[in-house]
Amino acid sequence: MVLVTYDVNTVSVAGQRRLRHVAKLCENYGQRVQNSVFECLVDPTQWVQLKNGLVKLIDDEKDSLRFYFLGANWRRRVEHIGTRPGYDPEGSLIV
Amino acid sequence: MKKLLNTLFVMTQGAYLAKKGETVVVKVEREERLRLPIHNLEGICCFGNVSCSPFLMGLCGERGVGLSFFSESGRFMARSIGAISGNVLLRKAQYRLSEDGDNSAKLARNMIVAKIANCRTSIRRGVRDAHVLDNRTLETCSDRLTVILAELKKTMDLASLRGKEGEAARAYFSAFGNLITSQAEDFSFHGRNRRPPQDNVNALLSFVYTLLCHDVSNALEGVGLDPQVGFLHRDRPGRASLALDLMEELRPLIADRLVLSLINRRQVSPSGFIVRESGGVIMDEQTRKKVLGAYQKRKQDEFRHPFLDEKISLGLLPYCQSLLLARFLRGDLPEYPPLRWR
Repeated sequence: MVLVTYDVNTVSVAGQRRLRHVAKLCENYGQRVQNSVFECLVDPTQWVQLKNGLVKLIDDEKDSLRFYFLGANWRRRVEHIGTRPGYDPEGSLIV
Repeated sequence: MKKLLNTLFVMTQGAYLAKKGETVVVKVEREERLRLPIHNLEGICCFGNVSCSPFLMGLCGERGVGLSFFSESGRFMARSIGAISGNVLLRKAQYRLSEDGDNSAKLARNMIVAKIANCRTSIRRGVRDAHVLDNRTLETCSDRLTVILAELKKTMDLASLRGKEGEAARAYFSAFGNLITSQAEDFSFHGRNRRPPQDNVNALLSFVYTLLCHDVSNALEGVGLDPQVGFLHRDRPGRASLALDLMEELRPLIADRLVLSLINRRQVSPSGFIVRESGGVIMDEQTRKKVLGAYQKRKQDEFRHPFLDEKISLGLLPYCQSLLLARFLRGDLPEYPPLRWR
């Protein structure tokens, strides 16, 4: 489990575009838990793909990315308070 | 080793599944209920009035995610699969073997022996773990299964194998009811019946078997085998014979134990079952969700595979056995090692 957070400068039109693209890419790999925070359950291959994609998208003069590696025991390291608790990608998914 | 991925169950009536990028979106009344990446999924099971966009079906086919449709009460209706994939040579080897009565019988015997042995283990565990009221019936049954196992030592043709299998199944199911220790009055069991199931226990068993069949079919597809061409079960259009073959040895461990613990731990209650005019018994939605949840949880339990000698989750068993079967068909293994539960 990797926690991906980003900060994209949206002053320019190009910045807004980058923000959209970063968000879209993250949505493909994980769950949006807060506005610019994603929890991604990925295997090593998928992680390399996601990271490369993100690094290519951003402008490292203006934007930043931060990754937190939570490992296989990620459930012990996450606590949620408040609205929209999200789903557990390894738990039972019944809608 | 492959990672055990999750299965999405959609039970909300009127839900709509769509593709958005690489993710599956579940919409209920046009409102997004859940959105999750397809790479976390191994299968999607839709119950009742659940529709699905063609693009999502395409994505599932491409990524090898099993997409199955069930009626609201859990009867299997349809499965969508992508392009025919996998190894032609392997499939041809499978067809050749299924045409070859003697060798089919040898393979089928391995599977049946494992099934009967696993049934016996299940019964013995029941006797040991719980305070079972009627030990005699269970012990008689366990002895009977031992006798049948001994008889299976000599080679025989498919017809007599099926006979022995039926005999063992009858013995097993006649004693199965004695493994139910709590709520015994509401969950009395006197043998297997289906289409439709006539009592609560049979309803539970049928439902869990259907789920298992979905998983086994997917696993077989996943390693490139044809789930319809079986060895023990005869070919019949629309029947996943090989999946049924492979299920035999997995049933006692994965399905039967689950049903027993659901009842004995009072996770299901008799009020969750509805008797229809026809005499058939179905479960209400709440109960079905509970069973699904328990099934998913059971799949995550760790288990040491006796042949691979590796710790795997129970949910990967269908995949492991499919893999071993494929290896045998390719000639990499001298014999198919069925799953023996100890």
